[in-house]
Amino acid sequence: MDLPYLTISEASELLRKKEISPVDLTKALLDRIEEIDGELNSFITVLRDHSLKSAEEAEKQIISGTYKGPLHGIPMGIKDIFVMRNVKTTCGSKILENFIPPYDSTVVRKLTDSGATIVGKNNMDEFAMGSSTENSYFGPTRNPWDLERVPGGSSGGSATAVAASLCLASVGTDTGGSIRQPASFCGVVGLKPTYGRVSRFGMIAFASSLDQGGPITKTVEDAATMLNVIAGNDPRDSTSVDEPVPNYMKCLTDEIKGVRIGVPKEYFVKGIDSEIEKAVKTAIALINDLGGVVEEISLPHTEYAVSTYYIIAPSEASSNLARYDGVKYGFRVHGAKSLMDMYFNTRAEGFGDEVKRRIMLGTYALSAGYYDAYYLKAQRVRTLIKKDFEDAFEKVDVIMTPTSPEPPFKIGEKSDDPLKMYLSDIFTIPCNLGGLPGISIPCGFSSSGLPIGVQFLGKPFDEGSILRVAHAYEQHTNWRKKRPPI
Amino acid sequence: MEYEPTIGLEVHAQLLTHSKIFCSCSTRFGAKPNSQVCPICLGMPGVLPVLNEKVLEYAVRAAAAANCKVSNRSRFARKNYFYPDLPKGYQISQYEEPLSTKGWLEIESNGSKKRIGITRIHIEEDAGKLIHENSKNLSYVDLNRAGVPLIEIVSEPEISTLDEAVSYMKKLRSILMYLGVCDGNMEEGSLRCDANISVRPKGDDELGTKSEIKNINSFKFIYKALEYEIKRHIMLLENGEKVIQETRLFDSNRNVTFSMRSKEEAQDYRYFPDPDLLPVLVEDEWIEMIEKSLPELPDERRDRFVKGYEIPAYDAGVLTASKEIADYFEDSLKYFNKPKVVSNWIMNEVLREIKSDEEITSFKVSPQNLSELLNLVEDGTISGKIAKDVFSEMVLSGKRANEIVSEKGIKQISDHSEIEEIVREVIERNPNEASRYMAGEQKLLGFFIGQVMKASKGKANPKLVNETLKKKLLER
Repeated sequence: MDLPYLTISEASELLRKKEISPVDLTKALLDRIEEIDGELNSFITVLRDHSLKSAEEAEKQIISGTYKGPLHGIPMGIKDIFVMRNVKTTCGSKILENFIPPYDSTVVRKLTDSGATIVGKNNMDEFAMGSSTENSYFGPTRNPWDLERVPGGSSGGSATAVAASLCLASVGTDTGGSIRQPASFCGVVGLKPTYGRVSRFGMIAFASSLDQGGPITKTVEDAATMLNVIAGNDPRDSTSVDEPVPNYMKCLTDEIKGVRIGVPKEYFVKGIDSEIEKAVKTAIALINDLGGVVEEISLPHTEYAVSTYYIIAPSEASSNLARYDGVKYGFRVHGAKSLMDMYFNTRAEGFGDEVKRRIMLGTYALSAGYYDAYYLKAQRVRTLIKKDFEDAFEKVDVIMTPTSPEPPFKIGEKSDDPLKMYLSDIFTIPCNLGGLPGISIPCGFSSSGLPIGVQFLGKPFDEGSILRVAHAYEQHTNWRKKRPPI
Repeated sequence: MEYEPTIGLEVHAQLLTHSKIFCSCSTRFGAKPNSQVCPICLGMPGVLPVLNEKVLEYAVRAAAAANCKVSNRSRFARKNYFYPDLPKGYQISQYEEPLSTKGWLEIESNGSKKRIGITRIHIEEDAGKLIHENSKNLSYVDLNRAGVPLIEIVSEPEISTLDEAVSYMKKLRSILMYLGVCDGNMEEGSLRCDANISVRPKGDDELGTKSEIKNINSFKFIYKALEYEIKRHIMLLENGEKVIQETRLFDSNRNVTFSMRSKEEAQDYRYFPDPDLLPVLVEDEWIEMIEKSLPELPDERRDRFVKGYEIPAYDAGVLTASKEIADYFEDSLKYFNKPKVVSNWIMNEVLREIKSDEEITSFKVSPQNLSELLNLVEDGTISGKIAKDVFSEMVLSGKRANEIVSEKGIKQISDHSEIEEIVREVIERNPNEASRYMAGEQKLLGFFIGQVMKASKGKANPKLVNETLKKKLLER
């Protein structure tokens, strides 16, 4: 049996029936990581000993009849932005190169409590700032469909690892598209839950009002399984919401008759790749055939989303990243003559270019005399964008759009043009500004064999509806069955 | 030319909660450095703050006592700056939407009452502490204090004299301590103040340029720092120079202030609402409940003392300035119900023996023991003069008055025949003085009293001695 290629639902069925061993499963993945991740670079840290121990424990428990549920014994990766006790947590940055936290993030705790085995920490753009995973201090991750191309970002390591079957699933984070865009680039499923659905405690902050953790998986069903475990109110995160968590598996009915699907006209504009446009329109037609009631809608403030995002996110980041000052933990340049020198040298050497660019942007936007014109105005536009969605959701249940305006680009292609890079997230950013749930799933391949993704957005806390529609679409297509050549 | 100063005070008060404002670490003072810290107050990656509800309650209590309007919705904001004692690189404070605004406190100024406006009271977290070892060119960071809850109380620039500034600070301290929300310990930094001050020619409408003096931590230093600063401003103005808007520090060894940074160097704190914390929503019912549950505050208690115990307003003011002293007074009255006598004893004797008002709670002479002493004077067992010696002994040994009196045999002689006998002997020994007294030299009575007291080793009841002497001298 080809263990690495199993989905969570397939593997957990076999594990529960004791037909496969968690240790064998974990070993198979560790072997595959050793074999091919040198090329892909999708892990910053591989937890060989830790994961084998965890798998052995899962095996003992399952054999003795204590089956904890569908993640028990499932080997998975986790983006290196999630703090894990006694395990190096770098956030893709030199400044945290040797940081070993004495505490667990809530997501890690929930996963380990449910019996999952964490095989390693996935590569990412430094502090989740980027759309290509080229901004990692630990080197770029490569797209398993074409090693010359980027896997998207910032959760590119997670998406690559899942697509290349180095782990059964991973957890990423999404501030402006960092789960969905790489999922789309790598041909896997990426779910960004509603802001407040998954605890941010121990998830290293980039932009606190936008960041949200969520699963990257091979199938929609696996995403639902993962969300069941990681969702829920956390008393340690004041912004996590005390809303009941439904059993998302029950939403996967394959029945979408009468579900109203809105297609925003602003998402099909000049500049979108023609093959992507065609693939998404074909997907829309299928949704229609399956009984979905498709109608065109308008989200009039969409064009301001990227500018709004690039004020709010860097502003929050400039403050969130102030703690990396060389005083308490992490990297410090020694031999400075003064405190100021220590700060300057440490941060100049510890942060990469993109991080420094955003810290400067944010510092500027929050400065006296500019605050009203930038930060406050951006917050007002954000309210308008939210309002667009509220109005749209009066008429429709789910919004359907392309995930990315273009297929995976070449490594280095946009490195010198940050603005061009920022536009990679043009279709994913509005969802974060609105705090909505969104999911990207495969909807085809380009003529050169690169994955294309389609995105479904839902009302706040209605992950159920987007999972339902995405699942129905997935069940009537075979995109997920295609494997990258590696 | 005559000048007048305008002063505004920003007071930081540590709240007496057991745990910190955003995590569950202890707030205890004086622990081993960095022993009361966790990933949250250390600002480690990914951690999030969760507001301690007690902090909100204490802050609302303070706001209500200072007659402030508590907002139904307030927000935390980040104040961004780099310093090694600030683990996150920002302080969580409140900025555009503070907890409460528009209050006032009443102080005494030149014998009349004056209201000082309070602009706002808001909640924030304290920073850690740096310890410098200059000989080794090393600095250490202690983050035990990082995350200890504070309220900042900002006054209007309505304080016009040094005495008013000190009175305001004393009144504020007293109220916070009555409320039980702050221990008022200025030495340990639980209560500290920044002063904004400007000077203008008397009668001018426009305020002068202000300077700010940071981190003043005693009443005396408030007075001294402001005194120096006013003189400095006046001297500059007299010489036709300009006062520079700047932040200064007070050197308490030399009683001078010196420049820390000018306005041009002033930091831009880049305040913005903290996205990690939700707006703080409080309902009117809750605010009212807290207002109703406020304890009796110093002013009310002073008025009650004046009316109920018929003691002078001055005495009542002194006694009620500290809750502990006022409690001591009222406890003493339970056993000895002569308010003016007790008040005199506390003001003249007790307060002299303690270094701080709070010390009275562990003072060796309990209210009950003080009353016992006063009862001994009252029933004539000892004289008032002896009582003071006994009191000193009580302070030293912690013994009860009765014990000391019987041990030392200093019981007053109030037996008529015994006193008559002493008086008779004294008159017999001093016939000349007796004749002169008879001839009209009245002041010699004092001489005789002295002789009698000496003969009785001070134990004779002075009142009886006086009466008996007059009678016996006349009889002669």
